Amino acid sequence: MTDENTADSNTSTGTNTAEEENQSELTAVRYADGSLGYPAHTLGSDGNPPVDTIDLREYTAEIITWTKATATPPGVREPNTLAIVEFEIDDESVRAIGQVTTTEITIGDRVEPVYVSELRDPTAGIREPDSQAWDGYRFKPIK
Amino acid sequence: MGVELRKEHHTEENEYTTAGSRSSMERVAVIDAAMTQFGQRDGWIRELLAEAGQACLDTAGVSPDAIEHLYVSNMASGELEGQTGVSNALAHDLGAVPAYTARIDQTSSSGGAGVYAAWQSIASGASELTLLVGGEKMTHRTTAEATDVIASLTHPVEYKHGITLPSFAGLTARLYLETYDAPREALGKVAVKNHRNGVDNPHAQFRKEVSLETVLESPIVADPLRLYDFCPITDGSAALLFCPESLAERYTDTYAIVSGIGGATDTHVVHERGDPTTMGGVVDSSDDAYEMAEITSDDIDVAELHDMFTILEFLQLEDLGFFEKGAGWKAADEGITARDGALPINTSGGLKSKGHPLGASGIAQVYEIYQQVTNNAGPRQVEAKTGLACNVGGFGNCVTTTILENAQ
Repeated sequence: MTDENTADSNTSTGTNTAEEENQSELTAVRYADGSLGYPAHTLGSDGNPPVDTIDLREYTAEIITWTKATATPPGVREPNTLAIVEFEIDDESVRAIGQVTTTEITIGDRVEPVYVSELRDPTAGIREPDSQAWDGYRFKPIK
Repeated sequence: MGVELRKEHHTEENEYTTAGSRSSMERVAVIDAAMTQFGQRDGWIRELLAEAGQACLDTAGVSPDAIEHLYVSNMASGELEGQTGVSNALAHDLGAVPAYTARIDQTSSSGGAGVYAAWQSIASGASELTLLVGGEKMTHRTTAEATDVIASLTHPVEYKHGITLPSFAGLTARLYLETYDAPREALGKVAVKNHRNGVDNPHAQFRKEVSLETVLESPIVADPLRLYDFCPITDGSAALLFCPESLAERYTDTYAIVSGIGGATDTHVVHERGDPTTMGGVVDSSDDAYEMAEITSDDIDVAELHDMFTILEFLQLEDLGFFEKGAGWKAADEGITARDGALPINTSGGLKSKGHPLGASGIAQVYEIYQQVTNNAGPRQVEAKTGLACNVGGFGNCVTTTILENAQ
């Protein structure tokens, strides 16, 4: 199985580009109690703001579960393979959710984040296009 | 491989001072209930709300000018139809002005949140007669559009990936089946059961049985879930009328008591939950409801669960304390949750068969429990003195659990 819609995706698998360097999309946070979180929240479960950040692009993750959605909303690729993945960092774990580059995956696979300049068409859905970022990272299996 | 109903619920060891204090408040009675036909309707949101509201007042013999508080449960009339201000509109349309009114939006659990608000209004003494009406008009939108409106509740890091509520269900179902070694067919049996129940519900959107083969061969929507694992897009409305128990017999001899109620949240970002197969909001809200009612899950005779997706029935069966974690799938498989089983679940047909007009669903769940505990459920009637409704918003993000008991 090949990547889905890679023709219109600016995927990369090597070192970070200058554009990627400006991204903060895949930044986890560390709270004072040592726990990790993604995305960042104003206050953690301990009632305090984060004390540190972690660039998840430097890590690989394990697929916890996945699905292939065939009925997708406006502006979203079809089918849309999605996964919840888990990063292990210094004996702590943090999870993320995102699109997957292929349907050939299974629970337990290792994946790495690859940059995509536009994950869905911001003008097609209900959400105000300027209200959030639309680029980010898909997860690609590591062979 | 038998499965047993749990005899003790996890709430027993917890201390909930809020639940304790709530149990000492004015007891609240449900004195009437009504709902419209669910399905594809010609009316718009104002008309649907008025239809259920008027029916509830008519059967109770209550004049609209007697209503002190009027709550409207609705998720997205502005986004779906371009009609906002629905609570004031309904007050005027029903002749209930100058009743205090508010719109209750808690996504798919707006109905349950409305029950909570209505209960609060009576229990606190702020109102002596409260009408709650919930509804949604959805079918004029395409499935993709309606799905996107609902998905707008997600966090930006979820929404930009095209996450939808059905895709959360697919992710969770795969993990559940793998973790607990459950067969795919068990999910299909939930759909078969709830469609069978819906045949006897005159308000249900779908009143036809489906075979397991039909469910398992229907198109994939969010692998491993298929079309028949999902509830439909629905128009409809439902209503409940509340007053203090001390005044209930002024209106009727047949009423139910809200003996327990609890509301809770879980994380907004779904992947941040420690165990994706556990809905913390269901656990916490039911803990509060059981404690307030001074009962355990073992005392529940019938329940309406939020089966927006078949997998959710398994999760709620476990998180409400009816079954051990990982054993809920066996309930439908072994007939325990069938209408003639030891714990009838979704005798109305559930969201799966009855339909899911977002703001109405939680109220329609309580409508069914009200009919069951007052012995007015007709061909759907089961032996029930105590019933529970669990209304889930988002993918477990917000939950209200309500327990009704027969007043007699």
